Amino acid sequence: MKYLTEFRNGEIAQRMAREIAAIATRPWKIMEVCGGQTHSIIKNGIDQMLPVGIEMIHGPGCPVCVTPLELIDKALAIAAQPGVIFCSFGDMLRVPGTDADLFQIKGAGGDVRVVYSPLDAVELAAKNPDKQVVFFGVGFETTAPANAMSVHVAKRRGLKNFSLLVSHVLVPPAISAILESPGNKVQAFLLAGHVCSVMGYWEYPPLAAKYGVPLVVTGFEPLDLLDGIRRAVIQLEAGRHEVENAYERIVTYDGNQPAQKLLAEVFEVTDRAWRGIGVIPKSGWRLAPAYRDFDAEERFQIQGIHTQESALCRAGDVLRGAIKPAECSAFGKECTPRHPLGATMVSSEGACAAYFNYGRFLSAEELAGAGSALSGAAHG
Amino acid sequence: MGEDAKASLLVRASATPDFSGWSCPLPLVGYPTIVMGHGGGGKLGNELVEHLFLPAFRNAALENLGDAAVLNLPSGRLAMSTDSFVVQPLFFPGGSIGELAVNGTVNDLAVSGAEPKYLSASFILEEGFPLAQLAAIVEAMAAAAATAGVQIVTGDTKVVERGHGDGCYINSAGIGVLREGISVGPRHAMPGDAILVSGTIGDHGMAIMSVREGLEFESPIRSDCAALNGMIGAVLDAAGTQVHAMRDPTRGGLASTLNEIAQASGVGIAIDEARLPVRTEVQSACELLGLDPVYVANEGKAVFFVAAEAAEQVLAVLRAHPLGRDAALIGHVTSEHKGMLVARTAMGSNRVIAQQIGEQLPRIC
Repeated sequence: MKYLTEFRNGEIAQRMAREIAAIATRPWKIMEVCGGQTHSIIKNGIDQMLPVGIEMIHGPGCPVCVTPLELIDKALAIAAQPGVIFCSFGDMLRVPGTDADLFQIKGAGGDVRVVYSPLDAVELAAKNPDKQVVFFGVGFETTAPANAMSVHVAKRRGLKNFSLLVSHVLVPPAISAILESPGNKVQAFLLAGHVCSVMGYWEYPPLAAKYGVPLVVTGFEPLDLLDGIRRAVIQLEAGRHEVENAYERIVTYDGNQPAQKLLAEVFEVTDRAWRGIGVIPKSGWRLAPAYRDFDAEERFQIQGIHTQESALCRAGDVLRGAIKPAECSAFGKECTPRHPLGATMVSSEGACAAYFNYGRFLSAEELAGAGSALSGAAHG
Repeated sequence: MGEDAKASLLVRASATPDFSGWSCPLPLVGYPTIVMGHGGGGKLGNELVEHLFLPAFRNAALENLGDAAVLNLPSGRLAMSTDSFVVQPLFFPGGSIGELAVNGTVNDLAVSGAEPKYLSASFILEEGFPLAQLAAIVEAMAAAAATAGVQIVTGDTKVVERGHGDGCYINSAGIGVLREGISVGPRHAMPGDAILVSGTIGDHGMAIMSVREGLEFESPIRSDCAALNGMIGAVLDAAGTQVHAMRDPTRGGLASTLNEIAQASGVGIAIDEARLPVRTEVQSACELLGLDPVYVANEGKAVFFVAAEAAEQVLAVLRAHPLGRDAALIGHVTSEHKGMLVARTAMGSNRVIAQQIGEQLPRIC
């Protein structure tokens, strides 16, 4: 745990929060793009530590949440086919499609497996030549290099039974879409540290200049987040709008060049539908023509998908930062992690699940009661 | 049996069996694997009993080989518990399904305030399961029973066709004698009670995760699987009626146990995250996989709810026991936020730790 505990020091965190309070002279709305950051903010109560007026708006950076329903239904249809081994990261398994989720497909006899790396799925393909092995490749730029590598390796090894069901999404077009949406409230962004560890931050200066917003590359630990927020507030107060790196121990300006080279070879930019938001031009990656043979959508040609979203679910408004999860009428009532109506309630990175799991349905008085009880614990 | 012996058994199990050096006598008919006939009630089944189960578990009640074990028990209140074990892999760092099957039931009795006495053991075996592995499991159960001071007095074996089981399932049931004057239960936690945990959390779950197929992750994490009746007995000797509730936080981890007790007792539970004992390697593995150690299973830990004035004494008793060296006072019971578990984070903020829905799902990134 070296290099992590140092960034979880409660005393320093309180000091940084006081510093932010001293700097801020007026209210500011700052969006953390990444779902991992949302999770950390809520888990550690960072938003409770900030001065009144500094509001964190939770962004669309949960890959599970923005994967289109149509693609999830396609995944379910492919996974249900005999002769298919369908591989996925764990948290896609409970994402509801129109009629079912992958757990139900597994229960009904589908061969659905949780893997920890897409390369494990490639190995499964090599070991099971009589099966079609499909990996559900979703995510932002962070997970893209490993997915690209899986296809690259499968091609090099001549594996004809491996394919990728791919729905990659990209951060910069999403930021543009949010800033151009009518009624946008976001005044600064914390950029996703893991995405920038792959891509660097050379893509962002034009965005900062065009829209006049501060963009701060930020990590995931409590002190990382507070430092990112502090730097964003300093820029906002000074009327500056620059790209700044508050995650220097991981992120460089150029990013991971070999990974970017591989991404450019395997993927090409495409328009992409974001669940709850709609189509954002040039906001995703699909397999480039040289790798199209490994595209599961091409290989399986699933037809007749008719998607239907819950009429109650306001996941789209949550993902755009238009409302907080608890402002949705279904939150904690019709929609809970046990019976999620939308993906934001499923993934642990989803804003709704984070709010629910960490008790943000409690009133301020109830949480204060918990606090006074806890301070008693120190002496008990 | 040591880890090396187990490892060599696992290697041998797939090849021609070689029982040289093995303490259990060979079944007379030289099948290297379980066949349907082993569950058929005929000669093969009898051989399993006489040459494997009986020598390993030997005790007077079992040796009668009647349809039921006949036991002498003191008059008074008895506790009874049962549990089934389906863990994969069957062997893991720090133990096997055999130790789990004994310790799991022993611990369920012990946290109920009972002194465990007798166990049953039922095996559901899959056709083709290597006899050498079964022997290793049985040997582990015998050793665990001896350590816990309990006898395995009755049992059963069934065989299912290949593909209808997962190698070996075990059910164990147990009987224990309740201590006089002790009344512990999940409904007895009271506001003001101190909450103690007997050691580091999440060890068993992460040991299993680290060896499970598909998880390419090497780590020295060992399961904490252990019989807790000795340690719990020491706590009850020292604090007696001041112990209100005990539980072993197995599946669902510490968070599930504390939530269950909060709900059963109609009280709130407040813990301090910074006080939770977590091994560095378990914390690191959890970070890597996006898991929270409070939800990860334990097989050799107990949580105690004791009157506040007894807290320091119980902590000292726990720390003096080999299984409780890392024991910690982690929080207390409150009349606020009834039915809920609230943790103070290292940042000084509060968060609710909810009951989880199903298994923890590793995050994408």
